[in-house]
Amino acid sequence: MDRSPAVRGRGIRKSFGDVVALDGMDLDVGAGQVHGLVGPNGAGKTTLLGLLLGLAVADGGSLEILGTPVGRTLAVPEGVAGFVDGPGLYPSLTARQNLSALASLRRYDAGRTTGVDDALEQVGLTDVADDRVRGFSLGMRQRLGLAAALLTTPRLLVLDEPANGLDLAGKQHVHRVLTGLAAEGTAVVLSSHRMDDLAALCSEVTILATGRVVFSGPLSKLAAESGELDYRLLTSDPEATRRLAAETPGLRVVPGRDPGQRADADIVVRGPVPALDELVVRLVQAGVALRELGPVMTPLEAAFLALTGTGAEPAQTDQEDL
Amino acid sequence: MTATVARPRADARPAPVLHGYRFELVKLLSQWRIRLLLLACWIAPAAFVAVVSLQSSLPADTVFGRWMNATGWAGSLVVLDFSCSWALPLLTALVAGDVFAVEDRLGTWRHLLVAVRSPRRIFVAKTLASLTVILLLVAGLTASGIAGGLAAVGNRPLAGLDGHLLTPADAAGTVLLAWACALAPTLAFAAVGLLGSVALGRSPMGLLMPALLAFVLQLAQLLPLPVAVQLALPSHAFLAWRGLFTSPAQAGPLLIGLVVSLVWAVVATALAYLLFLRRDFTDLTYDGSGRRALVAGVLPLAGVVALTIGVIAVATPATGTGIEKVKLQDSLATAYSHLYRLQTQELHRPDVPEAQLQATASCDKGDSLVVDEGPGNDWRCVVSWHVPGATAVGNAIYQLDVTADGRYVADGDGPKEVNGYFQVRTPNGDAPNPLWQFDGNVDLLTSTTKE
Repeated sequence: MDRSPAVRGRGIRKSFGDVVALDGMDLDVGAGQVHGLVGPNGAGKTTLLGLLLGLAVADGGSLEILGTPVGRTLAVPEGVAGFVDGPGLYPSLTARQNLSALASLRRYDAGRTTGVDDALEQVGLTDVADDRVRGFSLGMRQRLGLAAALLTTPRLLVLDEPANGLDLAGKQHVHRVLTGLAAEGTAVVLSSHRMDDLAALCSEVTILATGRVVFSGPLSKLAAESGELDYRLLTSDPEATRRLAAETPGLRVVPGRDPGQRADADIVVRGPVPALDELVVRLVQAGVALRELGPVMTPLEAAFLALTGTGAEPAQTDQEDL
Repeated sequence: MTATVARPRADARPAPVLHGYRFELVKLLSQWRIRLLLLACWIAPAAFVAVVSLQSSLPADTVFGRWMNATGWAGSLVVLDFSCSWALPLLTALVAGDVFAVEDRLGTWRHLLVAVRSPRRIFVAKTLASLTVILLLVAGLTASGIAGGLAAVGNRPLAGLDGHLLTPADAAGTVLLAWACALAPTLAFAAVGLLGSVALGRSPMGLLMPALLAFVLQLAQLLPLPVAVQLALPSHAFLAWRGLFTSPAQAGPLLIGLVVSLVWAVVATALAYLLFLRRDFTDLTYDGSGRRALVAGVLPLAGVVALTIGVIAVATPATGTGIEKVKLQDSLATAYSHLYRLQTQELHRPDVPEAQLQATASCDKGDSLVVDEGPGNDWRCVVSWHVPGATAVGNAIYQLDVTADGRYVADGDGPKEVNGYFQVRTPNGDAPNPLWQFDGNVDLLTSTTKE
């Protein structure tokens, strides 16, 4: 049997008038992989998701989805599902009616689809299946959108900010569903501004900036390429910790904090992991208790800021992307 | 190394039109606004007709309104006349004018496209679904008005707009035919609604387009426009059904009105289709375009009007406003003959066939300085007839209020015992003298030799 990656894009270009949304980007997504898309607003994430769903075609380059070259609008193969810019739901219909209508449109027969009830159960919406979507919260709508995608038993699932508005339980539902799908071989392309979600779910990420790929690969590679990170320490003796950190080769204390103000104030140091290990040894030898130690931001966040040149915290909103 | 998946056999097939149609219908019928409209259309006319028919004060300013307590069929025609003026354009605006725009408001275009995978099929499904709902609304207006009239007054003969009596069976057939004729301009307005909905997106102007068009056309119809212009308007068929209630039927204006309406329906739908297929659905901020609506919508329809005016002007004999002295005289004399016969029956006098009456009319508009042509409330006519059993010629005076669409109201001005106000006893109760005030309709299209 002929086999190919779920997504294979080479030199993809897409412009809207004078605005270049995608500028020769490459993308590879394998089956069973959860692939994250990260980038500041206007980076081209939504455009790329639109191409994957068949809502638009690239102006240049090549794009193969599930082994089929995509040459015209809405000509993606069966097995592609998802949503971009939020799930499309009809507020005057119930959750069940929304899904049933979609199932009817796509002519899903019982033999090859997850049933409406199963989909609702997977995302934890069984109890509100017969409620009108008008009264749903943002998180419930996101989960219903995911349920709609599940109806197709997709082989490529494209999701735009699926964690928006989710509470902890909803987030767990979504994570469980996505990891379950990936385990069954479904490729998931996930765009999000929430780095914690991406870090928890994705095996690979692509970071976009102004339509170009600035990083693509496994998270471990990203961490290695991130170089020096900031770490926060909370110890029993902040003064001694500052002194020991300053004496540790390769490590420096990040200024801007005044440990004298609070006895339990934290200290931020910057340096490679081996230098941090050395500091821990020295703290123990000096009899200073180490209460907390962790990165100030995840490698993904650090890489995002470094590679995209934004220099600011990633947005936590669902603002419309290009 | 990148994992791989099995190669699928083909692109995803678009959703069947029937499935899309069903989905669009479910969406429409789930809206409380549509449900309320359906409920109103199936109940309100019956209640209105039943209540008004039993009142002593009838809506005489509406065609057939003065006959509402004489026959159950008149009530449905009053509903039809009102619907043609306001209800049908508004209903089409609320249904067809919103069927595309609602997806813009909800932000569901991308979802729908991914699900259906064919803009063409989406357009067809939405068009058919809105058409279905509009037909349900019109069916409700029709059935409800008829049911209310028949229940309150009964299945009795109906006096036409030339005074001749239609048997209950004929009245039923003609009333249903009149409602069927009103469907053509309804389709035209629905198509304009589709065009507005597609061209203007979530802008409320799209929703208002059919209602706005109806308002503008109604204003135009008040003016003494040339016949060719009046007949070229898509709303003319909303008036031309009245010609079915004369004998012979005034078929010319009605047929032209139907053809013009259907041309509008086809052209406006085609323009909406082309605009829809050209739309870029990746543009989330799309909010319609006034310039696009003007270039792709208004200008082609204005072209249709101009072309239609030219064709009608060349192909038909009508000139001027179509309201001419001779036509008015003939119409008035005919109506008078029929209603005179009705009056004699109601007064239990010996029957006088119309031929024996040999009624004629002589009309004059304003004073001698005014040309005897065109609409106005200053027409004064004298009807003469041969009194049965006598050599004398009877004369009756009428003041006529003639509107630009050819309808007129004849108001008896003496002698009082002939066309004054008095009650006559009919088998169905007391009723005003049928020769006192009555409606008539002039065929705008026929040509006459001027005196």
